[in-house]
Amino acid sequence: MTETPWGRFWAEYRESPLAVVALAVVVAIVTLALAAPWIAPQDPYDIANLSLADARRPPGFVGSEGYTHWLGTDAQGRDLLSAILYGLRISIEMGLAAGTFALAIGASLGLLAAYRGGWVAAIVMRVVDLQLSFPAILLALVLSALLGQGKAQLVTALVAAQYAYFARTAFGAASAERRKDYIEAAAATPLSGRRIVFRHLLPNTLPPLVVVATVQVANAIALEATLSFLGLGLPVTEPSLGMLIANGFQYMMSGRTWISVYPGIALIVLIVAINLVGDQVRDQFNPRLKR
Amino acid sequence: MSDAFVSVAGVSKLFRPALSVGDRIAARLGASVETRPVQAVSDVSLAIRRGEMLGLVGESGCGKSTLGRLVAGILDPSAGRIEIDGAPVRAAGRKVTTRVQTVFQDPFSSLDPRMRIGEALTEGPLAHGLVDRRDATVFARDRLAAVGLDPDMVGRFPHQFSGGQRQRVAIARALAMRPDVLVCDEPVASLDVSIQAQIVNLLLGLRAGGDLTTLFISHDLGIVRHLCDRVAVMYLGRIVEIGPTRSVYEDPQHPYTRSLLAAVPRLEAGRAVFTPAVGQIPSPLDPPPGCAFHPRCPIARVPDPCRSERPLLRDAGGQEAACHFAG
Amino acid sequence: MTEPVLVVRDLATHFATRAGVAKAVDGVSFALDRGEVLGLVGESCSGKSVTGFSLLGLVDPPGRIVGGSVRLNGRELVGLPPRELRRVRGREIAMVFQDPATTLNPVLRIGEQMRLAVVAHERVSARAARARAADVLRRVGLPEPEARLDAYPHQFSGGMRQRVAIAVALLHGPAVIIADEPTTALDVSVQAGILAEMRSLVAESGTALVWISHDLAVVSALSDRLAVMYAGRIVEEGPTALVLTAPRHPYTAGLLASLPSQAEPGVPLRPIPGQAPSLLRIPEGCAFQPRCPRAVPATCRVAPEPTGGPLRRARCHFPLTLDPAEAA
Repeated sequence: MTETPWGRFWAEYRESPLAVVALAVVVAIVTLALAAPWIAPQDPYDIANLSLADARRPPGFVGSEGYTHWLGTDAQGRDLLSAILYGLRISIEMGLAAGTFALAIGASLGLLAAYRGGWVAAIVMRVVDLQLSFPAILLALVLSALLGQGKAQLVTALVAAQYAYFARTAFGAASAERRKDYIEAAAATPLSGRRIVFRHLLPNTLPPLVVVATVQVANAIALEATLSFLGLGLPVTEPSLGMLIANGFQYMMSGRTWISVYPGIALIVLIVAINLVGDQVRDQFNPRLKR
Repeated sequence: MSDAFVSVAGVSKLFRPALSVGDRIAARLGASVETRPVQAVSDVSLAIRRGEMLGLVGESGCGKSTLGRLVAGILDPSAGRIEIDGAPVRAAGRKVTTRVQTVFQDPFSSLDPRMRIGEALTEGPLAHGLVDRRDATVFARDRLAAVGLDPDMVGRFPHQFSGGQRQRVAIARALAMRPDVLVCDEPVASLDVSIQAQIVNLLLGLRAGGDLTTLFISHDLGIVRHLCDRVAVMYLGRIVEIGPTRSVYEDPQHPYTRSLLAAVPRLEAGRAVFTPAVGQIPSPLDPPPGCAFHPRCPIARVPDPCRSERPLLRDAGGQEAACHFAG
Repeated sequence: MTEPVLVVRDLATHFATRAGVAKAVDGVSFALDRGEVLGLVGESCSGKSVTGFSLLGLVDPPGRIVGGSVRLNGRELVGLPPRELRRVRGREIAMVFQDPATTLNPVLRIGEQMRLAVVAHERVSARAARARAADVLRRVGLPEPEARLDAYPHQFSGGMRQRVAIAVALLHGPAVIIADEPTTALDVSVQAGILAEMRSLVAESGTALVWISHDLAVVSALSDRLAVMYAGRIVEEGPTALVLTAPRHPYTAGLLASLPSQAEPGVPLRPIPGQAPSLLRIPEGCAFQPRCPRAVPATCRVAPEPTGGPLRRARCHFPLTLDPAEAA
């Protein structure tokens, strides 16, 4: 039996087969996406590789390069499997980047508001509440349109749309922790405010933030796909899953469904798997569901 | 009082209700939002001698915990001064001394669940330069051993300890700061009887050491009698009786102390008849005029003097009591 | 000799947890006569509260009553379908909880809640229900009961709320009331009032009472008989005065020795060494053996059966005292 809190956490996590499978899927997808340049049959960005003769071929077609396109090809003759692997890479990259920055900014604001209280909390949390009353997608849409295309711009838009969730969660959790005796004990020693926030408040606020972070990474991936689908997120040179789906969309009616459907499946599997992991983590942190 | 090591002089604490913006607007518009401050502690003066253990008893809401937090430097008094050995506990809104440390009631919440015991014991001493980082582990082990725990437990987390063990850790953490004064806020209230006795013995051992001055807050009159040299009884934010434990318990001078002692169930008494005080404790928002106890007091004479004039502490028997008819 | 109102035999309630089976109640037996007060004392994790809940069938998963019998006026309650159990609960056997908020609904006036409690079991007019509510409120010592019926729970102090909760339990004149630490959260002066009130209530109504508490002094003030629980079992049972003055089980003796009221001020107490076992890992044989000053390992490895007469029993191989009458 492991003795650290995280050790115990993992022991409990392992008891849910569904969550273990979901985690395995997430790890597998991330690994495949990271390894895309080495395992993908084709570099989908290298125009020299593309042949229009191979365009819009169904799954299983053996192309002019001599290998099988297991998931078919798209309108430019790209191998879809390769495009999906590269697309996942971009989607995950965007999701993680947005999630990390949103976590850092949101959690800092929430912790600051909870520790200081008073007017600092009032101002910060009113802004956060105001923003939470807008749909995140709306904000992301407006910002992407204003900022233009590009990775940095997209991440900025996603962070702006999502940090409020982290701030709200961090504020709620930290406000509850702040009232506990161990914080008062630390203040009574006395310890510095910085030490109390980073050594006591933050570690105890982390569990709910981790839950929000998992779900928000999935949301960021979905948001990014949505924006790219609408042609707002990333430039054409960075084909994410959303753009692949958008590109295939026009061929749906002509029966060439694979161009949109396979990237869509990849996206759904990734998002569902991340959410399942998040659900299990949330259940484990929720004392009311503890047996 | 010349021999005061801890001196509390004319201390009051008002809590103003924290109003949200909405509440403020509602109050402005005439809604019945409670805006009156609560007078948790009113004009309390007391002195604790060096090495003494002073018990502070009273029922919930009487202000004993607030007074404890004031002495511990956790709260700023609204009025009055608190000094240890002539030096103030707080200055400019911050605690400025490590000479007073606190043991809290609930050892399940007073220890950070995500911090190993060893670090919990050393973080304060390290932050204040009381111990060198190289010696930290040895120091933590020594502190654990001093409260009767296995030194090998330094690497454990609080959840791996029982309630009694955690309270030992909490006491060890307070003592690790080498305080002159210890404020114990109901340190045994949440523990089982047999575990309570272990902690009581630990505190008796500390008292026997003679160097530590202790303010021991409790609603358990039996434990205070067992542990403390002197006892102060609080009612509605004021001290109504203070004196040597034996004298207060055997010959209580204030009618409130008498009713409190009579209400304690006793093993020997069997099916004894209780004589509980009549009525309820009044709201601290609206304390009765004159003697705050007069509406419930069996010997009060109203209006004069009990409703018209607030009695001050005065010598009565071997102690002091704030009652017009004491002595 | 009249039949006891409540007979509990070998009651066992276990909790299937992640870490194993917690035997919270493991073979509890006792009987309760009409109008009798039984004090059930024990420390945390002794199983005393779970025993109380099990008597009413109020055990939620993962807990389950795995064996034994609870007979109320000759009727078996264990295994009764939930529907029928609800009909018994509140009318023939009622419970008072440590936190009155468990009983009282914060958004309903006291009078309305009590009316609902009455009509849950009987068809009576609103006026009659209100009259009955006012009557029980008066009996628990609430001043101006008629006026109090229109108040909400938050308008009462903690002690008054607990009195209301007790009044709700009394509405149907149940044969048995189970009270789980009802005064633990209250101040001593409030507690004293409730204890005095309970004593006269039980005496005049003939309701039997199981008073669960960790506080020996509180229980001694109220109970005719005392049952001491340790690790899911009753280790000693007998008339209150006898158990307190001449305990037989070393655990009872240890509890008494731990109390400051039993010692001279300033003298170190004699606590029981060690700590209570986790219900997941109850020691083999006598559960108290690892902490017991009298234990002989070879003998105590076997769980002791209760010994003594019908009035006074203890589960110990080496009991401290024997009643002269029984020794003869």
